Amino acid sequence: MRSLAPEPPSSEITPESLYLRRREFIKNAVLTVGTAAAFGSGLVWLVGQRPPPDAPDQPPLAEAETVATGPSSFDTDEEMTPYQAVTTYNNFYEFGVDKDEPARNAHTLQPRPWTISVEGEVARPQVIDIDTLLHWFTPEQRVYRMRCVEAWSMVIPWLGFPLADLIKRLEPTGNAKFVEFTTLLDPKQMPGQRDPILQWPYVEGLRLDEALHPLTLMAVGLYGKTLPNQNGAPLRLVVPWKYGLKGIKSIVKIRFTASQPKTTWSLAAPNEYGFYGNVNPAVDHPRWSQATERRIGDLTRRKTLPFNGYADQVASLYAGMDLRRNF
Amino acid sequence: MARGAPLPWLKPGVFIGALAPLAIMVVEGMQGTLGANPIAEIENVLGLAALVLLMATLACTPARRLFGWTWTARIRRMLGLFAFFYVSLHFLTYLIVDQGLDAGRIVEDIVKRPFITVGFAALVLLTPLAFTSTTASIRRLGYRRWQVLHQLAYVAGGLAVIHFFWRVKIDISQPLLYAAVLATLLLVRLAFWLRRTPSR
Repeated sequence: MRSLAPEPPSSEITPESLYLRRREFIKNAVLTVGTAAAFGSGLVWLVGQRPPPDAPDQPPLAEAETVATGPSSFDTDEEMTPYQAVTTYNNFYEFGVDKDEPARNAHTLQPRPWTISVEGEVARPQVIDIDTLLHWFTPEQRVYRMRCVEAWSMVIPWLGFPLADLIKRLEPTGNAKFVEFTTLLDPKQMPGQRDPILQWPYVEGLRLDEALHPLTLMAVGLYGKTLPNQNGAPLRLVVPWKYGLKGIKSIVKIRFTASQPKTTWSLAAPNEYGFYGNVNPAVDHPRWSQATERRIGDLTRRKTLPFNGYADQVASLYAGMDLRRNF
Repeated sequence: MARGAPLPWLKPGVFIGALAPLAIMVVEGMQGTLGANPIAEIENVLGLAALVLLMATLACTPARRLFGWTWTARIRRMLGLFAFFYVSLHFLTYLIVDQGLDAGRIVEDIVKRPFITVGFAALVLLTPLAFTSTTASIRRLGYRRWQVLHQLAYVAGGLAVIHFFWRVKIDISQPLLYAAVLATLLLVRLAFWLRRTPSR
């Protein structure tokens, strides 16, 4: 025997007026969703929301395996910034001005073949192949703090060799007082160089005594791997007591000079960036405070330390200098 | 058959769309995909959303005059309130998350750093506009006075663009774009105003 389904309660019966307007209802629903999608996606595109890039899959640096990576006296034991953040949050305007752009765009850079031209006040100007350079020195690991001029910081395990070792081998003359570094100039490999936001190629420099300091590193890798393009492959400078912008990337030229090099950021905005670029919480950037910084991964800010915490090692280099004027 | 308000889908559609940046941010925040510096990312997205919505608000009247669109008038208040909503979240993120409610540091920032001063001034100017956005307020103030008050939105827009200019390190292409939009909107208004004045 079949039982009839119970009649639905009257409250569930669609009112006739609504039933008659169902087409209009559906049309309005579709138009609402369409408007929301169009307006919302336009807004999202304008504010630049997009998923972060993936971390690069880098080959291990062959020599690194043979090297003891125990803590050297300069290493910090602070928690290291994850590989993902170190390789996807970069300032490398040659590949775009947004932090995620180098990770997205730096695949066009060809770090091999690569040569470094040594010029200026040296006994013997020469052009060195990057692989020859890697034969000369065995990379060692250095875990350094990196403080960006934009008031954020990281802790990065670099692989590299002291710049001092290289300089001794290059034999600068007695006239050499400064070292000038130049990045590759090739808009095909570095599409950001098509925009004249900075004077290309990027140029940085150090006083010779700063360059010879044992903390100053020529980096060829990080986290035990070959340096990713977005971090300045195949060779970059790391000066841990200076703002990150001093750490010039993808170096093709090293020139020894008698006079102070004209560096890119100090040319672009001389009132905001000086030649020295030493981390100094007492001297603010004209537009923002340098007293505190956010360590990437932290929620709260921490106090910025003079010379980025390396004052014991390097403060003597600047004895008697007015650090407010020589910023 | 009784017809409802014209374009009944317009307001709910814009409402949902205006929430998209916030919704995406919340989802990304929970998934941990806001990038390496999520606090800076949140501040940037909220600030830029506020600026875009403020420009959209200011574009409503010129669009009506230029193209004869009447529908823009019906979403103008909502766009303006969303701009205020995003700028408030932007400021609260700076206050609470970025600076950790450190009153000394915040006051120093507002007083000493022009880029923060102008951003804060824009927020201050927008606040009375948000609170007098109701139809009742228009009646209470009288339309002329209400209109003059709400022209402050242009001043706030100008300050917001300056805030953006002083915020970027060197590449001013984005702030320049918003300055151009603001200037165009002002010029359109000026043109209509000039054309109207002699006939009076």
